[in-house]
Amino acid sequence: MSDVMGRVEEDGPLRVVAEVVARRPSGPYVTLVLAAPELAARCRPGQFLEVAVDVPGTLLRRPLSIARAEVGEAGSLGTVSLVVGPEGEGSAWLGRVRTGQQLDVVGPLGRAFPIPQRPATCLLVGGGYGAAPLHYLTEVLVPLGHRVDLIVGAATEDTLLHSIEAKRLAHSLRTTTDDGSAGLHGRVTDAMPAVLARGDVDVVYACGPNAMLAAVSTVATRAGIPVRVALEERMACGLGVCFTCVIPVRDRDDEVRMRRSCIDGPVMDGARVQWRALGLAGAVEAAERVDLAAAGTDAP
Amino acid sequence: MTGTNVDLTTRLAGLRLDNPIVTASGCFASGREMQRFVDVGRIGAVVVKSLTAAPREGLPTPRMVETPSGMLNAIGLQNPGVDAWLANDLPWLVERGATVVVSVAGDSVDDFAHVARRLRGVEGVAAIEVNLSCPNVEHRGLVFALDPQASAELVRAVARASDVPVIAKLTADASDVVAIARAVVDAGADGLTLINTVLGMAIDPVSGVAELANTYGGLSGPAIRPIAVRVVHQVHQALPDVPIIGCGGVRTVEDVVQFLRAGARAVAVGTGGFVDPFATETLREGLAAWMAEHGHTAVSDLVGTATVRDAG
Repeated sequence: MSDVMGRVEEDGPLRVVAEVVARRPSGPYVTLVLAAPELAARCRPGQFLEVAVDVPGTLLRRPLSIARAEVGEAGSLGTVSLVVGPEGEGSAWLGRVRTGQQLDVVGPLGRAFPIPQRPATCLLVGGGYGAAPLHYLTEVLVPLGHRVDLIVGAATEDTLLHSIEAKRLAHSLRTTTDDGSAGLHGRVTDAMPAVLARGDVDVVYACGPNAMLAAVSTVATRAGIPVRVALEERMACGLGVCFTCVIPVRDRDDEVRMRRSCIDGPVMDGARVQWRALGLAGAVEAAERVDLAAAGTDAP
Repeated sequence: MTGTNVDLTTRLAGLRLDNPIVTASGCFASGREMQRFVDVGRIGAVVVKSLTAAPREGLPTPRMVETPSGMLNAIGLQNPGVDAWLANDLPWLVERGATVVVSVAGDSVDDFAHVARRLRGVEGVAAIEVNLSCPNVEHRGLVFALDPQASAELVRAVARASDVPVIAKLTADASDVVAIARAVVDAGADGLTLINTVLGMAIDPVSGVAELANTYGGLSGPAIRPIAVRVVHQVHQALPDVPIIGCGGVRTVEDVVQFLRAGARAVAVGTGGFVDPFATETLREGLAAWMAEHGHTAVSDLVGTATVRDAG
């Protein structure tokens, strides 16, 4: 893995007050597009922003992964997009934000997905609205000459996060739903064997709920493929100082240490994260039962 | 430069701070993380995250839950241990000209004294803050800061082991915090930090499960500010000569001024820095501007100036 992956270089974070220039509801989610040229130039897929919400009695910012960053060229304004989910008061407030309103954001924060240094085949797996950064990652990987296969899952069809751009750019797109209302009836891990069976996948990237990341990491590791996941853990600061968002990770010296997902992550090596210690033994065990030889179900 | 003729310096337990805005222990890690936002050398003092004799990985997650105007946390003193901190973090802070106050923690009096001894004679350690909100394993896990005798014994041991000023950080959970303050000052504390977080709990109403893995956690943020201001005032009234760092829910310049008027000589920013990573800088500059606007020339002139309403 380490020989495939380039070093991730990130510029420091900024605090900016950015205008919302577009607002796009899609199913239960809302995409907010912020005019933030300085910010956009610094963003990398996998990083997040801490967004202040104006809800009385609410103190903390909301960490939201960056769903897209477009660097403005020749007079056009650089923008950063965020996908807001439906859960929680802060998100509900963000979902009601109107075009023209200003948002106070700090970022970009955290470590981005490392980008392969030589042409590689990348399998990107996402769940729910957590899949948003994968579309951004696709937009970064494809122009660099990497092959991208995308698997996007959700509970139901209306919670599947669609991205026309990512669909257009990716070499293949598979969708899964827990209830079978769209795509493959099952979990994202059920769609992985068909892609992995090709034998050309160099790296798996994943983002979404931690249980899904545990399952994807387990399947990728069983197949002997390096896996990088963007973790979600309750965060107070997002800056590396509060130590609330820690994840148990097995370090190179074989010791398990509590790593901050805000500053040591959110992107981490899925093979090193101690999923069982996070209470996700069920997801790991289910992924251990996934039939890696089930290539016959491939129907992208 | 703030562009005003305001004297922000403050004296605290033998230290002279350039300005009264300091960081609250546990809210600024070791300082390095925040250099991306603020110059640590310009903060009144950097109070680092509590250090223990051995490294600690802390408690399982969830470690945090947001509550009205605040948050509960139960981290479990995750830290690299005093030796690793001395090797890796202190030199970095010293290089940047930071005034470093080291928070020390432990399970027993000996634990604390061990850390204090390791800090003896170390250049760049300006003072020690004793985190008395630790359970004392030799006393059925009772938190030191709840008991005047245990608090005094601990502070006495740290003061004996240390060659720098010792500041005791107390909790408002004690039934008589003034009694604890007297006890630790008599035992050798050169100053007080008031207050640590307030013990709290949140329960998921649907599942009935405690939100924090540790069940209980420390409440911080503006929710506790009035409690902190009250404790600073009470202790300052009782012990007017003892320097106090006010701490609890500071977000604005007006909050800082409240603490100064209540009797604090320095004011710590904790949870507020999570929301505004530039808080130490904006509060320092904002305080100078506020003082100039309101005709105050020196921080020391504001300390302890709170008055009470006439009963009649």
